[in-house]
Amino acid sequence: MLKIVKKTEATIKQKIAINIVGIFAALTAAALFLALSGFNPLQVYISMVEGALGSSYRISQTVIQAVPLIILSLGIAIAFRMKFWNIGAEGQILMGGFLGSYFAYNFSQLPKPALLLLMLAAGAVGGAVWALIPAWLKVKFHANESITTLMLNYVALKWIEYLSAGPWKDPAAFGYPRMPRFTENAILPNVFGVHIGWIIALVLVVVVYLFLNNTKKGFEIAILGESENTARYAGISIGKTVLLAVCLSGALCGLTGIIQASAVNNEMSSALANGIGYTAIITTWLSGLSAPVIVLVCGLFAILTQGASYIQTAFGIPSAAASVLQALILFFVLGSDFFTKYKFVWQKSEHQTKEGK
Amino acid sequence: MDQVAYISMKNIVKTFGKVVASNHVNFSVHKGEIHALLGENGAGKSTLMNMLSGIYLPDGGSIFIEGKEVHFSAPKDSIAAGIGMVHQHFKLIDVMTAEENVILGKKGLFFRKGESRKIDALAKQFELDVDLHKKVSDMSVGEKQNLEILKVLYQGARILILDEPTAVLTPQETRKLFAIMRKMKAEGCAVIFISHKMNEVMEITDKITVLRKGETIQTLNTAETTPKQLTDLMVGRAVDLTIERLEQPAGPELVQVQGLTVLKREGTPALQNVSFAMRGGEILSVAGIAGSGQKELCEALAGLQKVKEGKILFQGEDLVGQSPKEIRRRGISMSFVPEDRLGMGLVGGMDMVHNLLLKQYQDQKGFFLNKKPAVEKAAEIKEKLEIATPGISKYPVKNLSGGNIQKILLGRELDSDPEVLITAYPVRGLDINTCHKIYDLLNEEKKKGVAVLFIAEDLDVLLALSDRILVLANGEVTGIVDARTATKEQIGLMMMGQKATELEGTAVVENC
Amino acid sequence: MDWWISFFSAAVVAGTPLLFATLGGIFNERAGHMNLGVEGMMIMGAVVGFSVALATSNAVAAMLTAAIAGALGALIYAVLTVTLRANQVVTGLTLTIFGTGFANFLGQSIVGQSTPAAIKAFFSNISIPVLSQIPVLGPVFFQKDIFIYFGYVLVILSGLYLYKTQIGLNLRAIGENPSAADAASVPVTLYKYVHLLWGGALCGLGGAYLSLVYVQSWQTSITAGMGWIAVALVIFSTWNPYKVFLSAYLFGGLSILGFRLQSAGIHISQHLLDMAPYLVTILVLVVLSMDERKSAGPKSLGIPYFREER
Repeated sequence: MLKIVKKTEATIKQKIAINIVGIFAALTAAALFLALSGFNPLQVYISMVEGALGSSYRISQTVIQAVPLIILSLGIAIAFRMKFWNIGAEGQILMGGFLGSYFAYNFSQLPKPALLLLMLAAGAVGGAVWALIPAWLKVKFHANESITTLMLNYVALKWIEYLSAGPWKDPAAFGYPRMPRFTENAILPNVFGVHIGWIIALVLVVVVYLFLNNTKKGFEIAILGESENTARYAGISIGKTVLLAVCLSGALCGLTGIIQASAVNNEMSSALANGIGYTAIITTWLSGLSAPVIVLVCGLFAILTQGASYIQTAFGIPSAAASVLQALILFFVLGSDFFTKYKFVWQKSEHQTKEGK
Repeated sequence: MDQVAYISMKNIVKTFGKVVASNHVNFSVHKGEIHALLGENGAGKSTLMNMLSGIYLPDGGSIFIEGKEVHFSAPKDSIAAGIGMVHQHFKLIDVMTAEENVILGKKGLFFRKGESRKIDALAKQFELDVDLHKKVSDMSVGEKQNLEILKVLYQGARILILDEPTAVLTPQETRKLFAIMRKMKAEGCAVIFISHKMNEVMEITDKITVLRKGETIQTLNTAETTPKQLTDLMVGRAVDLTIERLEQPAGPELVQVQGLTVLKREGTPALQNVSFAMRGGEILSVAGIAGSGQKELCEALAGLQKVKEGKILFQGEDLVGQSPKEIRRRGISMSFVPEDRLGMGLVGGMDMVHNLLLKQYQDQKGFFLNKKPAVEKAAEIKEKLEIATPGISKYPVKNLSGGNIQKILLGRELDSDPEVLITAYPVRGLDINTCHKIYDLLNEEKKKGVAVLFIAEDLDVLLALSDRILVLANGEVTGIVDARTATKEQIGLMMMGQKATELEGTAVVENC
Repeated sequence: MDWWISFFSAAVVAGTPLLFATLGGIFNERAGHMNLGVEGMMIMGAVVGFSVALATSNAVAAMLTAAIAGALGALIYAVLTVTLRANQVVTGLTLTIFGTGFANFLGQSIVGQSTPAAIKAFFSNISIPVLSQIPVLGPVFFQKDIFIYFGYVLVILSGLYLYKTQIGLNLRAIGENPSAADAASVPVTLYKYVHLLWGGALCGLGGAYLSLVYVQSWQTSITAGMGWIAVALVIFSTWNPYKVFLSAYLFGGLSILGFRLQSAGIHISQHLLDMAPYLVTILVLVVLSMDERKSAGPKSLGIPYFREER
């Protein structure tokens, strides 16, 4: 009979090994899926890597994919540390983009550095405010945040759709519901071929790491994540801590929104987030909420995404394959986590009697 | 007895990770027998019985019922074999009625008519007092226990396992339970009684099997043994089990609680008009059925609970409405060892250093966390209280044994040299050795002049250790009695709501 | 009056995918599992059902395969959260990402095709004798397609199952306290698998209604967030199958209110009206959460169960 037994918790090395096995199992499962769809999986994988890292241009494109994932994951990790399930990155990106582009559209006469700083700050505020709504509802009414953050994603999306169809519609777009392009003043500059967002991302990795592990507030967030009662016992103001952490979480997501709008799309649009807020939840979870690991995982996912868009042109594989592959990887890693704490044991009935002598 | 044993367990082995919970245990029970499984906390009593009831699967060994070997892979196998277990933590569904709980898990798609009558008849036969239409959430602990027994009887149990059934009962309720157990014995059932209370075991059982550290030590006939012998077998060496009360004159009144009323979340009172005083150099105990307001009382004193009405005066200064932080800022040193060690007092997933930081970091200046003082403190406390841990940092405290966890918590709380010490069930689940160490620590604090509030469920301990005993029933104080003169029976009646003033021969210390 | 009848009638149609998915969600959560993968399972059902309909023109086969597709999605979730005890929120979310990716991948080649005539005929409206003649109620509820009638039957059967049978009692017990159910010899793991899969099948059917009957063609990301509304409706219905009648049609009505108002000459942006279901959901959740005496859902929701946990 097959039974599950608890084992001594795995060491860090074993955990890493188990996760790597999980990723390989996922790639194998995806290979099967590709083979069934009539493609040569090995060829597809090789082209994906080539497509993501094959030239300096492609590498820069991959980095552009990684930047938003990293900043988002950092933000989500802060909330997840507190076991506040912020599924609302998608909406926070949009609202950050919205408030940031308000300044891009209305204050384009400002000097470039001032305008950009203003936009980034507004982006962060937009995301933070949007995240504070569910945080406040949670603190005040104990409303389940995974539901409220989710719902607000769609509210934000409809709001942006409304803006692009009406009040913010580009008059030069021949009736097509889109918003105008940013002026040159409102576009983030490039550093070494990639927009400056990558520097922001790396700085934030260090800042968030220090914040979570070496500050009093970070400590309080961790305590609250472990047990609300302990936090109460230690005299931590639960409401304030939740609001602060979620505010930071939303701010980082909002910041991502305006960075993407300014540096990548050069305009505001309802397709600004386009699912990346959900992907970032995967990368956050995979990285075990650790800031340095986030860089690694987001890098890997950026390669996957960039590679997938390459094989779309090379093989005609729909780009949706990328999300299937990403989800598969998370499935396997979620599953493999089990083996760090438990093991399966095959136990025969005879065995029981024999052992007892 | 020469007949084949009803149940016999042979060479049972069970491990959890690295911990060997059962090490080649042997145990057998006959029909019409009340058999005690005696041992310290952590001796493997519950583990052994969980294997008999199909909850845990043994790693090795065999189980025989009437001589035939059986393999239980789930509770249903065990139930089918006529074994029923009443767990220490009741396995009842709060939102359902008694009847729904009884028929839970039955075969078949639809409810059968006439089951109510059958259940009622069974309850009458064994004199179990259960209202079938009452919701579990509205029941008292005693009623819940009756319901659990009724449930396993209805499932056809002929062997009843009772896991520490008296821990939560008043002496009077315990007597009723014993009557039911005798009734079952008379009906030819076997009863396995898990306990560590010597006097109860001596009173009710026919046979006793002593377990220690996962091993069977000996099976004895109750009539041929003494509590002294049993204790020595349980602990493994001759021990002195007497708890000493430190006799000294009580100091000044440090804390005065006046007319304290606290509401539960749903708005009903958890504490009603509670008044008492705590004196320096004295241990004041609180007795009461589980959930009579003990938790709210502790939390109100510690500043963690909203107070509806009343005052908590510390040397004349009202603390009501103040957060723990504000209380600390006023220079009042109060320590609180909560009932839920890992869920409230400590952070289970963090190491010892961070758990000590929990009390320190708020006094640190600046934005960053300074771990250094906590590292030193951790080493010091580890040394002083002989805490066995693989490391003070990077090793989550939840992986430690219960005794070591409690030592970390107590160590941290006593380290701040409190003037008032509140301890809720500080010895629950600990082995005898650690219990006595903790009693000693409490006496030490008392000697220093600390006002100690001690909440526990074992009345024998309360009577032996404390100076005065405050009894709570349904959130009201039914009396405060002198521990030197009070009896268990008096306290039991007060726990059920009788006022001390109405009881004859009770030495009332204060009226409330 | 005609406007109202036609509005309510359309609300029932628009609410039907929600009805199936919400029922599915209730079975999931009654088994103690918060499944945020409803959206994913719906869209898997939608694409598979539609593909099979195109290939076979057989409505029953399309519905059956849609249910199986949803159940297969649920199987991934069940293995991960029941047996391997993974985090339910993250697993459910991943299932949605997976399902959406899978459906859009599979649906790439059938975008824009419409349902075969045989299917359309199968799902044409049937008037129920006598009942359809009742004023107002008749046209709103009893001049509908067979899929909708199937929904009525399912709601009632689900309610009976949950509240009137031994299995339903056992299931509710698992949602409240799996260890108590286990000790009373309810096979907890089996129950969880069966009800998670059944919940997934219902979600798949909800998706199939969308592609086969409501939209009658395949569109990329056809569910467009409907699954999330269903997750919310489980709460709105307070885990009670009977109340799904009310909640699903109410929210179905909200989702079409904009077009209807415009046809009545009231001009409000559909984009803004589209926010309504999500905002109302938040409002309802807040109201439900405010009352602390009432438990907000099955007590073991989201907590993995391991018998030998100490």
